[in-house]
Order: sequence, then C-alpha cells, then structure tokens
Amino acid sequence: MQKEENKIQAVIQINDLKKSFGTNEVLRNFNLQLNEGENIVVLGKSGSGKSVLIKCIIGLIKPDSGSIKVFGEEVTDLSHDNLDKMRVKVGFLFQSNALYDSMTVRENLEFPLRRHWVQKGKENVNDLIIEALKNVGLAETIDMMPSELSGGMRKRIALARTLILKPKIILYDEPTSGLDPITGKEISRLMLDIQKKYNTSSIIISHDMNCVKITANRIILLIDGTCYASGTYDELKKSSDSKIKQFFD
Amino acid sequence: MKSTILKDFLSETGDLTRFTMSFFREAFRPRYEFSEFLKQCYVIGNKTLPLVGITGFIMGLVITIQSHPSLKAFGAESWLPSVVSVSLVREIIPVITALICAGKIGSSIGAELGSMKVTEQIDAMEVSGTNPFKYLVVTRVFAATLILPILVVLSDAISLYGAYLGINLKQVVSFDLFTNQIFEKLTFSDVLPSIIKSYFFGFCIGIIGCFKGFYTINGTQGVGRSANSAVVTATFVVFIIDLMAAQIADIFQIT
Ligand SMILES: Nc1ncnc2c1ncn2[C@@H]1O[C@H](COP(=O)(O)OP(=O)(O)OP(=O)(O)O)[C@@H](O)[C@H]1O
Ligand SMILES: [Mg+2]
Repeated sequence: MQKEENKIQAVIQINDLKKSFGTNEVLRNFNLQLNEGENIVVLGKSGSGKSVLIKCIIGLIKPDSGSIKVFGEEVTDLSHDNLDKMRVKVGFLFQSNALYDSMTVRENLEFPLRRHWVQKGKENVNDLIIEALKNVGLAETIDMMPSELSGGMRKRIALARTLILKPKIILYDEPTSGLDPITGKEISRLMLDIQKKYNTSSIIISHDMNCVKITANRIILLIDGTCYASGTYDELKKSSDSKIKQFFD
Repeated sequence: MKSTILKDFLSETGDLTRFTMSFFREAFRPRYEFSEFLKQCYVIGNKTLPLVGITGFIMGLVITIQSHPSLKAFGAESWLPSVVSVSLVREIIPVITALICAGKIGSSIGAELGSMKVTEQIDAMEVSGTNPFKYLVVTRVFAATLILPILVVLSDAISLYGAYLGINLKQVVSFDLFTNQIFEKLTFSDVLPSIIKSYFFGFCIGIIGCFKGFYTINGTQGVGRSANSAVVTATFVVFIIDLMAAQIADIFQIT
C-alpha cells in the first residue's frame, strides 16, 4: 500500500480552503486530495457547503483563500481561457440539473460539444448523443423538451450531458436524488462503470447510502467546514464517534 | 433613507456602466455566436411586430382625426398630411415603438436570463466552455439594436397609411396627392435622426434587460423583480434618450 501511494497521482489537491458568505463561514481549512482513478464521496448535512466546495473546484465560486490544484494547475490563478481548457477535462453535474429549458434534449447534449464540432463532424456528434442517452436509458426522449420530462429523467439527462465529453474528473452533486431506488442503483453502477472504463476520478456528493456503498472508494465527512473524518465505508461505519455515527444509522 | 436611495441609484448606475463596458469588450472578440444572434433577431422581431404594427396604424389614424379640427380652424386643412407625417415620423412612432419594445423585449429578456440565472443554467454554460456573456448578452443586445430601427421604419409606413385613411374619413384625397404632400415636407433630416435614435433605444432596451436578468438574485421571486425593473428602467431610459436626442438635434439645427 505504502509503495503504491508514491506512484498514485493526485488530480485534485485542495489545501486550507476558506470560503465565507458575509458572516457565514462555510468552509474553513478544508483539505482534500483526489487521486487518479478514485471515487470520493463527500457526506455532510444540508447547508454544510458541499455544493460550494465543488463549485470552487470548477471555478464558479472564488474562494477567499487557500489553494485548489486541478491537474497541478492552480484554479484561482487561471486566466479565463485556461480555465475553459481545464473545464473540458472536468465534468460537473448540477444539483438542480440546470438543463437549458429553451432547448430540446438533443440540443442540451450538443451544447458541451459545440466547440468541438469542427473536429468531430455532425455524424459523430449524433452518434455521441445517442450513445450518451442510451447509457442513461433515455434514448427515446431525444426530441423532447426538458419540461416534458419527469424529475428523475431530467436528472439522467443532466448526467448524460455531463458525461458526453468523457471528462477525466467528474464532480457529481447528488446524482441519485429524486430517483427511485432501482434507477438510483443503475445510475450508481453506471458511475462505477465509467470510472473503470475510462479511469476517471470523481467527487460525489450524495445522501443516498446505496449510491455511497456502490461508488465510494473513500468517504469524507464535511462537518463545520472542515474535513472531519475520512475513510472507507466500512471503517467509518464501525466508528464510535457520535458525529460520524449519525450518518450511518 | 434618502441617502440610501441615492446610493442604490448610483451603485446601480455604476454596475450598469461596468456591464456595458464588458459588453463592448466581449462583443468584438471572437468567437461570434452568429446563429444565436439570428435566432434572437427572429424572436425579437416576430414577437413585437404585430403589436408595433397595430399601434402604429392606430396612432396614425388617431393623430390625423384629432389634428383635423384644429387645422381646419386655421383654414390649414391642406397641411394635414405634412404636419401629421412629420410628428409621426420624428417623434411619436419611434418613442411608442421603443416603449412597446421596452415592455415586451425588456421584460422577456429580463425574465429569460433571470430564470436561467436562478436555475444555474448560466453557470452550466460557463462550465461547458461557452461564454454565457457572449452567447446570451451580446447576441440579444445586438439583435435588439438591429431590430428596433427596422420596426420603427415598418411602423412609420403603417402609421402613414393609417393617416391616409384618417384623412379620407373626412375628405377625399388620392393616395398620390397624399404621398406628394407628405414628401414635400418630410425630409431626410426628419427621418435620419429618428432612426439613429432608434438604434440607441434598441441598444439600451437590450442591455438593460440583459443586465437585470444576468444579476438576478433571490430565486423565482427575483425573476419577477428583474423583469419588472427591466421594463421600468428601460422605459425611463427611453425618455432620457429622447430628451437628449431632441437637444442634440436642436444644437445641430436639424429641424
Ligand atoms: N451564492 C451564495 N450566496 C450566499 N450564501 C451562499 C451562496 N451559496 C451558498 N451559500 C451558503 O453556503 C452554505 C452552504 O451551501 P451549499 O449549497 O454548499 O450546501 P450543501 O451542503 O450543498 O447543502 P445541500 O445538501 O442542501 O445541497 C449555505 O448556508 C448557504 O446559505
Ligand atoms: Mg448542495
């Protein structure tokens, strides 16, 4: 184990991250390291700053201080163009799905591909879209509007849109919320498949213990703005700390 | 209390100015979202044309009917076409069209961008490598700037036809005579300022709608507020520009 750790590369490295909104200190001295090929689940109460954390990673929110390195590059120092380049390699699933509701499902999935259009060609784009939709089991919805879909279907379309560029790192904000347990499990398996197939690394925010069990290589508890504990599912489940225990009851 | 209102006003003006400056910074740098621009032109023009046309027609008709008695009192009935057409083309139609567009375009841009903002669609564009400012703001502002003068010219024509019908209610004037009378008085220096003015109307309506939408806060409630204040601010600015245009025309003796 020790020997291997030297070889493993960190794709995301967060040190001493601080972020507050007015007097509301959301993150203080948060540290995290995501290694290549690893799935980390972040657990925390509602409002504990999980969404803020991953928005800082993708550069949507500017942290007050601290460092976030993605593929060795400091996110807060990147110019807009370089940030765009970095974002091609990082997929982001929004908690609220954030589907473009003036566009059809097809156009929604096309959107991330827009700037790769020239290289890829129309035919390939179409194939990519159909493949992405098949992955989430919604190939028949391709010409529908997001408003015509159920909440769970929208979630899966959003997931397909996140995965269509085959990013190296994927940040999932509650990928299985609003899904029935069966579909939730399918999605969790899909996430695991993608990780295995493309050797992606992900940070997953989830309250769904089934999803956590299936996908997590490591779990991090975000309490009071810091990384309170970290370990595998079984390790944390055995813990006697009451703050940790309440997540696993 | 008074000072906070003043402070709010000034900081809002400052923000709007900064927003406008970033518009000019982004507008002329690639990449250009041409197809979205065309789509917005279609949406904006298509949405407002019926209303603008009907209003123009009614304005032409009504102004003619109402000016008739007073001109008749001076025995200047034959002046009716030229007097009416000058006031329609120079002032009434551009301002009415701009006000309608401030209501229709301003509110729809404000609400659309506002709801995109609060449902994180703008953030989603940002992370998928499309500059939302270019894709949403620049296209809409250019579309509004381009379409408004076109609407004004169309509405001018429709309103003059309305005026023609209005005159024929009381007397018989042939269409040829009517147009002759109009173009005797209506010159290029009447039309050009009103068209230049319309570009500014369009630009301001677009940029204010986008500004209000882009900085929407407080969820769904904020969307309504953005749409509403986009209309109010745009209406106000239309009048300010009209006032300035009148002064400038006066200075340069374009009368
Ligand atoms: N843009 C913002 N402006 C002000 N405060 C914010 C903003 N975004 C988040 N917050 C605050 O940050 C805190 C953490 O929010 P966050 O959305 O990260 O919670 P979360 O852990 O994702 O919760 P949930 O599980 O409910 O999604 C909350 O107290 C929230 O009020
Ligand atoms: Mg959240």
